[in-house]
Amino acid sequence: MHADPKGVLTGVHFLDGDHACCEGTLAAGARFSAGYPITPSTEVVERFALRIPTVGGIFIQMEDELAASIAIQGAVWGGAKAFTVTSGPGYSLMMEHIGYAAMTETPCVFVNVQRGGPSTGLPTLPAQADMMQARWGSHGDYGIIALCPNSPQECFNLTITAFNLAEEFRVPVMMMLDECVGHMTEKVTIPAAEKIEITPRRFTKQPASEYRPFKPTEDLVPEMVQAGDGYRFHVTGLTHDERGYPSMNVEVQDSLVRRLQEKLKPLANGRALFEAEDLEGAEVVVVSYGITSRVAQRALQMARERGIRAGKFRLIQAWPFPEQHIRDLAARVNAFVVPELNLGQMVHEVERAAGGQAKVIPVSHAGGGVHQPEAILKAIVEAAAL
Amino acid sequence: MSEMECLMEIPEDAMNPVEPFLRMDRIPHIWCAGCGIGTTVNCFTRALLNSKANLDKVAIVSGIGCTGRVAGYARLDSFHTTHGRAIPFATGLKLANPELQVVVYSGDGDLFAIGGNHFIHAARRNMDLKVVCVNNMIYAMTGGQTAPTTPGHATTSTAPYGVSEPAFNLVSLAEAAGATYVARWTTFHVMQLARSMEEVFNKKGFCFIEVLSPCPTLYQRRNKMGDGLETMKYYKKASKIRNGAPTSECGLTKDGEIVVGKFVDRDRPDYLALMRTQMVETLGDRYAEPEIACCETEEVCSR
Amino acid sequence: MAAKGYVAITVERCKGCAFCVEFCPTKVLQLSTAFNSKGYHPPNVVAPEKCSGCDLCGMYCPDFAIFGARYAR
Repeated sequence: MHADPKGVLTGVHFLDGDHACCEGTLAAGARFSAGYPITPSTEVVERFALRIPTVGGIFIQMEDELAASIAIQGAVWGGAKAFTVTSGPGYSLMMEHIGYAAMTETPCVFVNVQRGGPSTGLPTLPAQADMMQARWGSHGDYGIIALCPNSPQECFNLTITAFNLAEEFRVPVMMMLDECVGHMTEKVTIPAAEKIEITPRRFTKQPASEYRPFKPTEDLVPEMVQAGDGYRFHVTGLTHDERGYPSMNVEVQDSLVRRLQEKLKPLANGRALFEAEDLEGAEVVVVSYGITSRVAQRALQMARERGIRAGKFRLIQAWPFPEQHIRDLAARVNAFVVPELNLGQMVHEVERAAGGQAKVIPVSHAGGGVHQPEAILKAIVEAAAL
Repeated sequence: MSEMECLMEIPEDAMNPVEPFLRMDRIPHIWCAGCGIGTTVNCFTRALLNSKANLDKVAIVSGIGCTGRVAGYARLDSFHTTHGRAIPFATGLKLANPELQVVVYSGDGDLFAIGGNHFIHAARRNMDLKVVCVNNMIYAMTGGQTAPTTPGHATTSTAPYGVSEPAFNLVSLAEAAGATYVARWTTFHVMQLARSMEEVFNKKGFCFIEVLSPCPTLYQRRNKMGDGLETMKYYKKASKIRNGAPTSECGLTKDGEIVVGKFVDRDRPDYLALMRTQMVETLGDRYAEPEIACCETEEVCSR
Repeated sequence: MAAKGYVAITVERCKGCAFCVEFCPTKVLQLSTAFNSKGYHPPNVVAPEKCSGCDLCGMYCPDFAIFGARYAR
């Protein structure tokens, strides 16, 4: 299925990441957004508020992030494609509802334009310190998908991917921007609507008497439904059976909660989204994402000028973590270098996947700025010497 | 139908009129003996029947708590959401599909403590929602803790020496926040409650109905107020119907008078009407009517 | 004298709250001395001829265990 031209601003533009992300939501078919202002994410919904009344949809500024994060889910069950946007402190407030979306398998998108933390932190400066929170921030066992754009163009493209994955897997998807990518202005090419592939909502075709809102199909994902079509279905955050009815049965809990993670497994392996360069014969591989990957690109260039066989593995999809790829690489490289705008988050996943087969060298940064290429180069040189 | 010997003839096709509205495969429900929530559900059922609403287009959203369990028993598109957040969920649901009649059915703690902020904003916006608050003056599901509606001097599990905080006057709060319909009844006033519920189905805007209900297991028991029946008799004795009374004078106390009635019934444009007026005024014919509910066709993502 | 209406009781659902007994306008019901399987005393029809089928008992019953209806003419 292709995009509805009403939402597609075809052409070549000069946009920052926040604005490009907004265009991505419109191109993906989002016609409802609920948000709350928080730097550096606000521009996404400001642009949506400007654009949506001429496209045909609604933006509502809610009274807080708790309201915004659940209003979008009400809209999804009313038939909409919906998203909200926030940064650190708001993301923390949204955690309960991210868990609700995962538990009720509500397809929706949460955009986090990460900033310095913890707490109020550095509202106008970049960081990448919410990466673990994206995966584990809500209570209980569940899974999510997280994507990390590293340019305004990717903010556009990956937002569409986010909506598509949300529909395919019936899961909340996190768009993990950072303040730098969100506020950098670059060329963004928006293609014609018929060139944009959209995953339609997996509405059931079964009659109401047979449809079960939480009964998995072959790929472990249940079919979707919307209110008003006569299905008289029930959605609850309580542990529930296939009918959506609350259940306190231990087997029901086991099968539900395992399936919420299992259904995302294909993305951890063959379908993982990443960008690789010079992995053949590499002695060191730099694993990075978001704005840090742009700095790492320069560091890799400098390393290769020094004759180091340095490869790049850029995480486009941070969660599920592409562990199979890292495990395979670990068997044939000496070391991974993992620069991040945090004190070490995704590096733990690299270590876990590498399983001791290769050294893992973090290059941490407390946030508020970006790495200098020299800092990453130093680690690459150190890794090559091992 | 009756499993007891009796002197009445029951017709073959006799059926409890409430059953078509319930998920009968989940009955019996979890509520205690003498709890009034089931009584309010009967009134809700009658209101749905009499208003001739298309039940496929009625959605019910609840929060967490004993009253929150109503959504699970009602045979409608039903949503059991998070504690305090039924109203913003219902907001998103309504805005995505304005054809739906969206009812929020939840308890006093859920709607007015954790959910208080959402209540006042939805009322301010005049969001077209029908909010039924079953007020048993306690957090019942979790074992009887103080609620913002627990009257002074009452004993609860978190105020074992007596509540010293003033309680909210819910009808006054609803009116002040902007609700277009405000009424209070008790579970004794079944006919009036059913009528109020029916009225709100035909009214656009933020409508609020408070229903006082016994919690014999916790609130009444801890405060030595008898069982459900004793409480119902108290409601009958202590209630004064004062339609149109000023809501500020309708506060509740531990054993004082209970003012019931329809206090507010006014008209003002609901959120969607206001939004549309504003948009058309500023955008003219550039304004595109919202087409929010998702695509079903394989071709282009639009409806 | 024929009753205008009837009540039907689903004994096993009853929790013996006695709302129906108390609020029946014509005092058709009394709590039985018998028990259902949960140990509650369900209502008994003691004055069937007085039943008007008004269904106030049904409106009050929190357990959906009783309802009244008029006989069709």
